[in-house]
Amino acid sequence: MSDLALRRRGPLSSLLDAVYRRPRLFLAVLLAAPLLWLGVVYLGSLFALLAQSFFSLDDFSGVIVREFTLSTWVQLMAPANLDVIIRTVLMSALVTVADAIMAFPIAYYAARYARGPMKAAFYLLVMMPLWSSYLVKVYAWKLILAREGIDTWVLDKIGLKPLLDWYLSLPVIGGPSLSASYTGTFIVFCYVWLPYMILPVQAALERVPGNLIEASADLGASQGATFRHVILPLAFPGVVAGSIFTFSLTLGDYIIPQIVGGSQYYLGQAVYAQQGTAGNIPLAAAFSVVPILIMGVYLTFARKLGAFDAL
Amino acid sequence: MTSTSATAVLFQNVSRHFGTVRAVDGVDFEIGQGEFFAMLGPSGSGKTTCLRLIAGFEQPTAGHIEIFGETAEGLAPNRRDVNTVFQDYALFPHMTVLNNVAYALMVRGVPRAEREKRAREALSLVRLEGMDARRPAQLSGGQRQRVALARALVNRPKVLLLDEPLGALDLKLREEMQEELRRLHKQLGLTFVFVTHDQGEALSMADRVAVFNKGRIVQVGTPEDIYQRPTTRFVADFVGSSNILTPDQAPRFGGVSRWTSLRPESILIGAAADAMDVRQTAEVIDQQFQGAMRKTRLKINGLEICAMAPASQTLGVGQAATVGWSHGALHAMDGEGNDV
Repeated sequence: MSDLALRRRGPLSSLLDAVYRRPRLFLAVLLAAPLLWLGVVYLGSLFALLAQSFFSLDDFSGVIVREFTLSTWVQLMAPANLDVIIRTVLMSALVTVADAIMAFPIAYYAARYARGPMKAAFYLLVMMPLWSSYLVKVYAWKLILAREGIDTWVLDKIGLKPLLDWYLSLPVIGGPSLSASYTGTFIVFCYVWLPYMILPVQAALERVPGNLIEASADLGASQGATFRHVILPLAFPGVVAGSIFTFSLTLGDYIIPQIVGGSQYYLGQAVYAQQGTAGNIPLAAAFSVVPILIMGVYLTFARKLGAFDAL
Repeated sequence: MTSTSATAVLFQNVSRHFGTVRAVDGVDFEIGQGEFFAMLGPSGSGKTTCLRLIAGFEQPTAGHIEIFGETAEGLAPNRRDVNTVFQDYALFPHMTVLNNVAYALMVRGVPRAEREKRAREALSLVRLEGMDARRPAQLSGGQRQRVALARALVNRPKVLLLDEPLGALDLKLREEMQEELRRLHKQLGLTFVFVTHDQGEALSMADRVAVFNKGRIVQVGTPEDIYQRPTTRFVADFVGSSNILTPDQAPRFGGVSRWTSLRPESILIGAAADAMDVRQTAEVIDQQFQGAMRKTRLKINGLEICAMAPASQTLGVGQAATVGWSHGALHAMDGEGNDV
């Protein structure tokens, strides 16, 4: 064995040395495959789709006319289509707010109080719903919320059935049964996306140093004031990060409203119907630009609020 | 400090146990109003837990705590007229310097104009002006320290608690802040309770020092008391360093048959030893240059003893030297000198 301090061994080690000397080359080697996939295959097909929104559909022949036109975009602005957009955005916003309110106490408990086995149990319970098929969960909810479902049965047993009937008789949020109303859609959305809110909020709360809470109390703040002035502002980026998930997932989902809820369309369903049954690829493409634009605006705000520091 | 009206903080047989760990174990002490009181001890000795008991972050497992004559146990931190300067400052990162300092006033509902005025006054008190709009992250360690001080002082608490506030600062800054704290203490006349593991800091700043070890107070007294008349081997060794002589060895060094402490700096070497009460012949083991002094290890009566020689006094290894000390330098400790 040689006692040389510097060892040169063959072409492979020269190559490795070259990569070591040039950080950019190293980065290129590292990112080539994912960039090829995301950049070419994914973004390429996305842009190909979006370009379709500037074509139009010939109403008589059902053939796509490959000429630049804004007529599809004008069609998108039709009241029926605007309804779909407003309904989806409103539902996404409500689901996000409800999830934030539900997630906060759970995340707070996990971050500040749960230790050891309780913490493990927390992660397990939050993640477990993600292990089973989303379709199974949604169908399960359909059965739970149905007129013959367990919730109606329980309310009947404890004598609160009239309350449910009264609720279902309300305009807009009511319907023939919970599983065929906006309320049902809302409940299922909230349930399915809740873990995506809990985890970032928990991570943000975890990073609030305990001594800040002590300092606040030391300076005379009640627990409520400490929450308002210290904990909430510091955890807020986590809430915004979680809302990116809940908002965008609701915005694009087309399965939940199809299974649970009334017959009104959401953005995802509109895209699905236009490109499938209707064969109107240009309109489907225009529809799919809408959530991208909304998320663009949303992310700009979220970035201003520091959400990306908490992801 | 005997009249109750002048007592700021009183601990009566206070314990704080965490499971089987006795962080604080039957502690008694009394802090006078306007006193600068240091709690000194190695880490894990219970000094910080005592501070947290005063602040209200911990509740005692047993015993009784009074703050200005009122029972304190069971009271939340926000109901105590006591403020803390935290070890790592615990400044609110999302607030400006001014809002950090004004926080105590804000949560009490003081109107904005009034609280900003008082926050600026507090900042000028700690000589930190013109930084109002900055965030804590934009400040240096020393500046953060001052903000933390201003924040704790803005509401003029009856007791100011300082939890190793200088630990994170470099030497120069630490000395500057020590003086600053002394000045503030004099100027404001508040009761300061200061936790530190740095014996030099405790001795130089405090009116009285409580030495902690293993959850108990080993000795309370003025810095001179603690340094010159340690009651136990632990105090003698932790506060400064000392040569500890067993009851068997002490008589050979001119003392009585008790556990005895002999401070290195009271041992004189060479001609300077001639005028001393006790004189012995020593063999030099080695010397270590320490700037102002030369730490000298000697063999006296077969025992390894540490002495402090002037920096100019260089001695060869193995050289024989006359050493001497006064009778007063030999401090016999109470009881068995148990390591409590």
